[in-house]
Amino acid sequence: MSVESLQAHTVEAAWLQYDAVDAGPTGLNAFLSVDREGSLTAAASIAATPHTAASLAADLAGVPVAIKDNLATLTLPTTCGSRILEGYVSPYEATAVRKLREAGAIVIGKTNMDEFAMGSSTENSAYGPTRNPVDRSRVPGGSSGGSAAAVASGVVRLALGSETGGSVRQPAAFCGIVGVKPTYGRVSRFGLVAYASSLDHVGVFAQNVFDAALGVELIAGHDPYDATCSERPVPALRQSAVVTDHAQPLAGLVVGRPVEYFTDALDPRIHAHCDASLERLRALGAVVRDVSLSHTSLAIPVYYVLAPAEASSNLARYDGVRYGQRRSADGLREMYERTRTGGFGAEVTRRILLGTYVLSAGYYDAYYRRAQTVRELITQDFERVFADGVHVLFTPTAPTPAFRIGEVSDPYDMYLSDIYTVTANLAGIPAMSQPIGLVDGLPVGGQFMAARFDEATMFKAAAALEYAMAAEGGV
Amino acid sequence: MSVTNEDVLHVAQLARLAIDDTRLPGLVAELNGILQHIDALQQATMPADLSARTVAGMPLRADDAPPVALRRARELFAPATRDGFFLVPRLATHGDAGVSASASDGEGDA
Repeated sequence: MSVESLQAHTVEAAWLQYDAVDAGPTGLNAFLSVDREGSLTAAASIAATPHTAASLAADLAGVPVAIKDNLATLTLPTTCGSRILEGYVSPYEATAVRKLREAGAIVIGKTNMDEFAMGSSTENSAYGPTRNPVDRSRVPGGSSGGSAAAVASGVVRLALGSETGGSVRQPAAFCGIVGVKPTYGRVSRFGLVAYASSLDHVGVFAQNVFDAALGVELIAGHDPYDATCSERPVPALRQSAVVTDHAQPLAGLVVGRPVEYFTDALDPRIHAHCDASLERLRALGAVVRDVSLSHTSLAIPVYYVLAPAEASSNLARYDGVRYGQRRSADGLREMYERTRTGGFGAEVTRRILLGTYVLSAGYYDAYYRRAQTVRELITQDFERVFADGVHVLFTPTAPTPAFRIGEVSDPYDMYLSDIYTVTANLAGIPAMSQPIGLVDGLPVGGQFMAARFDEATMFKAAAALEYAMAAEGGV
Repeated sequence: MSVTNEDVLHVAQLARLAIDDTRLPGLVAELNGILQHIDALQQATMPADLSARTVAGMPLRADDAPPVALRRARELFAPATRDGFFLVPRLATHGDAGVSASASDGEGDA
């Protein structure tokens, strides 16, 4: 893989593909807003300006990209998939978007998502569900389903998403592409609309590991506008995604296999694909070792206390005064209530109520404080494993392949879709999903996780596995 | 633990959401379904050193949503008000420009 292969995909080609796949009643509905004229003008301008291939700033020269609709952009609305922000245009731009533009990328549109990133299927968008490009009767995963579908369908080869509990990795698995959540603090969240601030991350979708590593490298780094963004220098992540030793590229690498991720809850066919991938890792020179992350079963309960609690606070700002739509009423409080009740969808309402409840007097200790403590235990599980000599962990990304639109109606059943991804958000460690096989023609994702700020080792392992699978003829 | 209709209406009021009677039973059932799973946290063994890190029995304010207490009446912050809203001059981009709210003649935008 190379930068040149990414640059080979032009804005004009993106629009041809967009016209072919996105619109109409059976279209993907991956985009909520697009900038055809502006992007074509920008592409023409870049084409007229010779760039230096060696320059970092030229890495994405003319490359069309898509941006999840909860990342602020100056040129297009930022609705978060919600009626309450319909038509809202931000007065500033997210740092991650700015960095992509500075690298030469051209934003062609904003992508569909579960409302305020609350969901695992993109069915919770106020603007209709996105369809999975592999099977249009199925969901693309979520909440960044629009970005995943845009990359998987070939409209773009690079897109930004966001993660709070797996919203990049799970849709990447469902759509058969690569999705990365970097370390908490590696990428600025300035301009990312807050859902649950202690868990929110900006992530990257791409069609291969190299492109994903390049995307993370370009958007990573300290940002004075985000106090949670680390000052650690960003390594050349793209180099770690290049396989140079074609015989034993993973010699000396210890891969942990967390036994709690391989239970009866996992589709046996996905289990088999994971086993095959672990065999490939052994063949590439890695040592595979069973490890235990003993608090894994508590991750979903912890997440669904902490995330709604933070959401109930973060979404208090949508009151009809400062952002988006307002519904008139006789008094101020009535206006707040009419605006919020009419503007938020069912899942957002449910999570705000849940979050308000677990933070309320009499329940704070039993839920919120306890969840914070268990979160610490989950983090310690990971720290212990990495301190014990494991370099990366390998697991399934999701317990099932993509399900049908409308198939999962119980809220908690939907939450379980994130059972293997949510732990990395709670611990703040880097994690990524990549295609490792098919089940009934549907993509299956395998997940790598690494120690905090060790994306380089994660990309090295992922690139080697991708190389091995390509050598076998691909997924 | 489980929630009642009254619990949900109470937190809805705190969250500035209006839950109508048709939606309430479904919401109560959904939240109780989720809380049933979340209650697994109550079974977790808490190491003493971790529990000690967070302050037990932290004093919390009462769960109510009173009107914001201001030193002066809200109406005194603006030249004119109507139905609880401040009246402000129309913007040039919104119809007739230049109409002053201070005229208190109902021509301002609330």
